Amino acid sequence: MLDSKIPEGPLKEKWTKHKSKIKLVNPANKRKYHVIVVGTGLAGASAAASLSELGYNVHVFCIQDSPRRAHSIAAQGGINAAKNYPNDGDSIYRLFYDTVKGGDFRSREANVYRLAEVSNCIIDQCVAQGVPFAREYSGYLDNRSFGGAQVSRTFYARGQTGQQLLLGAYSALMKEVGKGAIKLYPRTEMLDLVIADGVARGIITRNLVTGKVERFAADAVVLATGGYGNVFYLSTNAKACNVTASWRAHKKGALFANPCYTQIHPTCIPVHGDYQSKLTLMSESLRNDGRVWVPKKKGDTRQASQIPEDERDYYLERKYPSFGNLVPRDLASRNAKLVCDEGKGVGATGQAVYLDFADAIKRLGADKLKERYENLFEMYERISGVSAYKEPMMIYPAVHYTMGGLWVDYNLMSNLPGLFVIGEANFSDHGANRLGASALMQGLADGYFVLPYTIGDYLAGVKSGQTKTDLPEFAEAEKQVKEKTDRLLSIKGKKTVDEFHRELGKLVWDKCGMARNDAGLKEALKRIPEIRDEFWKNVNVPGSGTDLNQSLERAGRVADFLEFSETLVRDALHRRESCGGHFREEFQTPEGEALRDDNNFCYVGAWQFQGVGNEPTLHKEALNFEEVHLAQRNYK
Amino acid sequence: MPHDPLPNLIIMTKTITLTLKVWRQKSKSEKGKFEVYKADNIDTDMSFLEMLDVVNEKLTKEGKEPIAFDHDCREGICGACGAVVNGQPHGPLDATTLCQLHMRNFKTGQTLVIEPWRAKGFPIVRDLVVDRSSFDRIMAAGGFVSVKTGSAPEANSIAVAKKNAELAMDAAQCIGCGACVAACPNASAMLFVGAKVSQLSLLPQGKIESKERVLKMVKKMDEEGFGNCSNEYECEAACPKSISVTNIARMNKEFRQAEVDS
Repeated sequence: MLDSKIPEGPLKEKWTKHKSKIKLVNPANKRKYHVIVVGTGLAGASAAASLSELGYNVHVFCIQDSPRRAHSIAAQGGINAAKNYPNDGDSIYRLFYDTVKGGDFRSREANVYRLAEVSNCIIDQCVAQGVPFAREYSGYLDNRSFGGAQVSRTFYARGQTGQQLLLGAYSALMKEVGKGAIKLYPRTEMLDLVIADGVARGIITRNLVTGKVERFAADAVVLATGGYGNVFYLSTNAKACNVTASWRAHKKGALFANPCYTQIHPTCIPVHGDYQSKLTLMSESLRNDGRVWVPKKKGDTRQASQIPEDERDYYLERKYPSFGNLVPRDLASRNAKLVCDEGKGVGATGQAVYLDFADAIKRLGADKLKERYENLFEMYERISGVSAYKEPMMIYPAVHYTMGGLWVDYNLMSNLPGLFVIGEANFSDHGANRLGASALMQGLADGYFVLPYTIGDYLAGVKSGQTKTDLPEFAEAEKQVKEKTDRLLSIKGKKTVDEFHRELGKLVWDKCGMARNDAGLKEALKRIPEIRDEFWKNVNVPGSGTDLNQSLERAGRVADFLEFSETLVRDALHRRESCGGHFREEFQTPEGEALRDDNNFCYVGAWQFQGVGNEPTLHKEALNFEEVHLAQRNYK
Repeated sequence: MPHDPLPNLIIMTKTITLTLKVWRQKSKSEKGKFEVYKADNIDTDMSFLEMLDVVNEKLTKEGKEPIAFDHDCREGICGACGAVVNGQPHGPLDATTLCQLHMRNFKTGQTLVIEPWRAKGFPIVRDLVVDRSSFDRIMAAGGFVSVKTGSAPEANSIAVAKKNAELAMDAAQCIGCGACVAACPNASAMLFVGAKVSQLSLLPQGKIESKERVLKMVKKMDEEGFGNCSNEYECEAACPKSISVTNIARMNKEFRQAEVDS
């Protein structure tokens, strides 16, 4: 059993007591400690800025040309906090409870409570940075509602909340870079974690412009490298999102927790062709005003406007009257799949449902809708060529977020001392399903208000500046990185990197996507090693390793997805229950809802690497619910 | 299943054929030149970058090196992508990044000249990829409010007039792509800098440092080799987020005031 190091005491006092007890590093000594932060999304940028402000010597790495481009920038809808400004009965407890329930009771209570507790400080911090949140005419902050909650607790900046929060964190980061307190390495990819004596000592990187492979030593390494949604090839993730940093840390001993918890977002623009490179999200906030429906009749090819009211099935409102269109994401997605599987899907492919704003336009007027969602409606029209002011949007679920990630304890440290993992890259707070507007909350909570405390507790116990890059472990890791690059370039096969990625993605989506079953998962386990073997024999990576080579970058990442996907599928196969985003067809209630098995599966499944293609070892962390009563989720 | 190439259904796909003249340059120090490629059977529902993907797959199969271009989110928000298409940064469509430009906006038989941003402040890295780290350095010079983590007051203790909040948000939408610089005959970065200066000077949170901020950011902008503004308004026309030149005027006002006061 894994030790999560959850502090003693009542849930509501754990974090406060823990903070007052953990060890501190003397202000004068902090600059002697070097901390590496990999990734500059909300978690990485906020952590790096905060650690630098505290006085640590911080080195920041990102693969993009600028830290401002990390994929947090694309988050649309908003960020949750328990401010209770609308006076609608919200509280820290309610945000905590909604998050645990939304996660289908597969998250760690103490972490989630802490998340809810610090949520309010995040809003304060962002406002002080100049994040232009939406405001009411009074000048005070406005809120809106999101799925899985019956209060309005979501703060937003039009449909670009992620952008504004990230630019806030980026500005804090650049403030420290400007002072010379942070050293920034853009267009630099971490290709290995260096472990010596069981402790994280540094990283090996490749400069993406010059191809130079370098060693960096530090007293702690923080991974803030995001999720693994691109294992499905098509997802709402940015093209460069990858599992490489996490996976290579996993291969060095870090446990990978709950990889089968993947979030399929219900409202995305449907797929239109096999050249398609990514899927575009339409914010969940649209479900505040949009009504989801399909024709009652199968194969109804009439235009939406030609289908009379009584021939439409507003299936979410019908099945879940109290939450209606605002049910959590996993339910909204699965129900869209169900109606499409029944043959009631719309559009050219039959793989879409309507999200209709006609009623909202009647009720509020088109201007009000424009104020709320202008950029989303524009984006939809640009991609589909259709105006959602006139015709309902067509949407379908798509891979969006991954709840699983590297295992961390309450202090956000992995099982490897000195390796911390924050934001989407860790597994910690969302259980089996994340609620909307909670990813931004978690990324910033980890970076601004959790890690800066907990990392001190670790660093206070180690002597600073002990690690040098001349350790044999650095030389060995560097050698392996170079060999891998050379090998990828030397194959010169017949298929492109993207062809392999597409093939893997389709397989993982078909067999381990919105619905999973024993036979399909076993088939995937058979196919993945075959695709992987072919990749290493037949991939064509053009160009050289000594300059900017985007095919080479992708090849390395796809090679890791080809290994990681096996662990993802194994986890899905082993978890013989349905919970949140993990829906096993064998385990459902008579009404088709996810059927958990709390007696056998109320634990975090954390996998230990045992070699490529070998079955990893499962370690369990029991989930003990002291505050919340385990129940079948009910949104009816 | 989203990955299936749309089985048993009639889809009205329209395809076009284009001639591409693409700037190829191996590195900053090597000389570049235009290469000509045919882009056949391009589905008009594709995005511009998906069209480049298709061309790149073909080049790879032919044993040639694919065209390097920056891109990431492909939904118009990360600011990574951008190229000059037939003389227009991000192509012919208003308020649209290259990744959001769809091929239905082109006609079969057309020739597209595709070039990187060209500006002293943006050295070419390879093909269509340029180095925009100068923007990061301008931001590091002053594009922030110096509030430390943990020292913020209660969020609603700072009221902001809705009008100012909206104007600040209009400016804050900048994605830092650099199209404004590429469009400007002087390769000026004043729209980029003006947007950040405006956002923060419109909000009470940013007032205290506003003078220092504008002086430092403008100084850095000049040092990085960006030119001056001569009111061509090309930046606003090219901006994928329609950021208004009013922000430049606001920055100039802030700048003059700061100079007088300092």
